[in-house]
Amino acid sequence: MNGAHDLGGMHGLGSIDAEPNEPVFHEEWERRMFGLFIATFAGGHFNVDEFRHAIERMDPAHYLESPYYEHWLHSCETLLVESGAISRKELDARVAKLEKEAK
Amino acid sequence: MVHPRHNAPLSDTALRVKALESLLVEKGLVDPQALDALIDTYENKVGPHNGARVVARAWTDPAYKRRLLEDATSAIAELGYTGIQGEDMVVVENTPEVHNMVVCTLCSCYPWPTLGLPPNWYKSAPYRSRAVIDPRGVLSEFGIAVPDTAEVRVWDSNAELRYFVLPMRPEGTEEMNENELAGLVTRDSMIGTGLPKTGAAGASAKADTQRRRK
Repeated sequence: MNGAHDLGGMHGLGSIDAEPNEPVFHEEWERRMFGLFIATFAGGHFNVDEFRHAIERMDPAHYLESPYYEHWLHSCETLLVESGAISRKELDARVAKLEKEAK
Repeated sequence: MVHPRHNAPLSDTALRVKALESLLVEKGLVDPQALDALIDTYENKVGPHNGARVVARAWTDPAYKRRLLEDATSAIAELGYTGIQGEDMVVVENTPEVHNMVVCTLCSCYPWPTLGLPPNWYKSAPYRSRAVIDPRGVLSEFGIAVPDTAEVRVWDSNAELRYFVLPMRPEGTEEMNENELAGLVTRDSMIGTGLPKTGAAGASAKADTQRRRK
């Protein structure tokens, strides 16, 4: 699939920003997202090719702008909804509930 | 890169991750304790110190090096490093004539069992786009000048194959044993965007490793 993720050889994407002594995860949500990916992958909910393909199906502008583990979130949500393990409706309801609780 | 403060309100993304986890736990599809253990493994146990053992073994044991270059997956498994994202490994050897570097232009493929999870720059658009069109320029940003007489080979990883660079053993390390040599091998030297530390730096690296293990 030839899409926004196929970055080899493109110009103008900025300088390489290597962080000295970089931690494995920068944010708690990245840590949890990593674990959720491994657990659902190991649970047989999708394979690696499906996972990458779901990332490649992201809106191209959003793909380029969003942090790395948000790609994983998008892919996990997409595949779990498509497989019927969860529904978009219950996921949205859970987000709304947590949002309310956080206020 | 600016990162939000830890006490800042949850971002939309953080909230969505939390919602997904809470839903999956409630449905019994994910066990939170298993999740913690998985995170701990990849945050604290697996990392470039594994790959450094492979390199140090190859530097000191010619028969092992031969096996590593012929069938990297099996040779790496001999040292106990196996698992997800390391199922099919290829080791490419740096020589005075050839400098190898690894990228994943499409995403973030990387040999987890030997190097752990990739740093952000490896997964970023600037590295992925430029590594294949201007490798010498990228290497110079990492402080590496490959002589014009040497060839630079860039290996584009994919979901089937993960590449790993066997760097050249630094000069002046003839007296060092395998453990000491492992202390010279940096993460970037196994990606190809760095070189191993020199012998003199090895002693302090070894001390760092010992401190970390305590």
